[in-house]
Amino acid sequence: MSTHRTSTTIGVKVNGVDRSLEPGATVTDVVAAVLPAAVDDAGRPRGVAVAVDEHVVPRPQWDSTILDDGAVVEIVSATPGG
Amino acid sequence: MTTTTETAPLRIADRELGSRLVMGTGGAPSLLGLERALIASGTELTTVAMRRVQTGGEQGVWALLERLGIHPLPNTAGCFTAREAVLTAQLAREACGTDWVKLEVVADDTTLLPDPIELVAAAEQLVADGFVVLAYTNDDPVLARRLEDLGCAAVMPLGAPIGSGLGVLNPRNIEAIAARASVPVVLDAGIGTASDAALAMELGCDAVLLATAVTRAADPERMAHAMRLAVEAGHVAAGAGRIPRRDHALASSSPDGRVDLDLAL
Repeated sequence: MSTHRTSTTIGVKVNGVDRSLEPGATVTDVVAAVLPAAVDDAGRPRGVAVAVDEHVVPRPQWDSTILDDGAVVEIVSATPGG
Repeated sequence: MTTTTETAPLRIADRELGSRLVMGTGGAPSLLGLERALIASGTELTTVAMRRVQTGGEQGVWALLERLGIHPLPNTAGCFTAREAVLTAQLAREACGTDWVKLEVVADDTTLLPDPIELVAAAEQLVADGFVVLAYTNDDPVLARRLEDLGCAAVMPLGAPIGSGLGVLNPRNIEAIAARASVPVVLDAGIGTASDAALAMELGCDAVLLATAVTRAADPERMAHAMRLAVEAGHVAAGAGRIPRRDHALASSSPDGRVDLDLAL
């Protein structure tokens, strides 16, 4: 393994797909990239939720939750079913 | 004179529902068709699944339920373990703004039958976490009792496997579950047509949950209307007290005073 790694991006897995993000990227950033309408916060449930490393991140914490390199992000929404 | 077919609303946890038909949204070929079916069904509570969003995807079903004023009942469909089900329920609570969850933990994707061990484990964790748990379960009176005892707000035994349309395969077990339960019993899965829904209600169930029987019917809107009538008819019939079954005929016309012609040859 390289001892002088100078990577300028971090790698996260979003809904099973690898993505490169700028260091310091937040949950809001990654949701905006996938489903822009979901970050339009009208202060009510929008049928969308996010988990990072198997822990739900409540909507008010999306802006302040910075993703670590290697984070596993799940973004789900209510869909027809059941 | 007033009709006497008015029925008490269904009460689950702290919510009253005017309709005893809970609809699912799965299997509908179009959102427009689904909307018409939901309206025709008269449902006030409707399931949704939680799935990964597609990039640039739309929030069609969520917007639809909001517009129609129908309470969402997120489910944990597709979960095989308690761990998956608990995380899915937590995501659903955040996404849908409700503590209610239809807890579904199935053993495999061939039978889609509930896994009792994982189901009970998940129910315990979710009840402890403050969820209103409506547990999809086997038609097993003992398991239904366990789920009720650990705090589920409703038990939802299957009539037959999901999507099979086989109706109520074990009416005696369903009747036994309904007879002793002190929480609402919702027959969930297996309904094929209106008579199945009516039978479930006649057996003493408090409500019926169905999706496929409507969404994959040739005319979903018409079938949704039929289900609404069937659930109401079955509920009223259950309260009316059916006649006992007899092995032999019993004349409904009195034999007294009948014309007695002496036609002896």
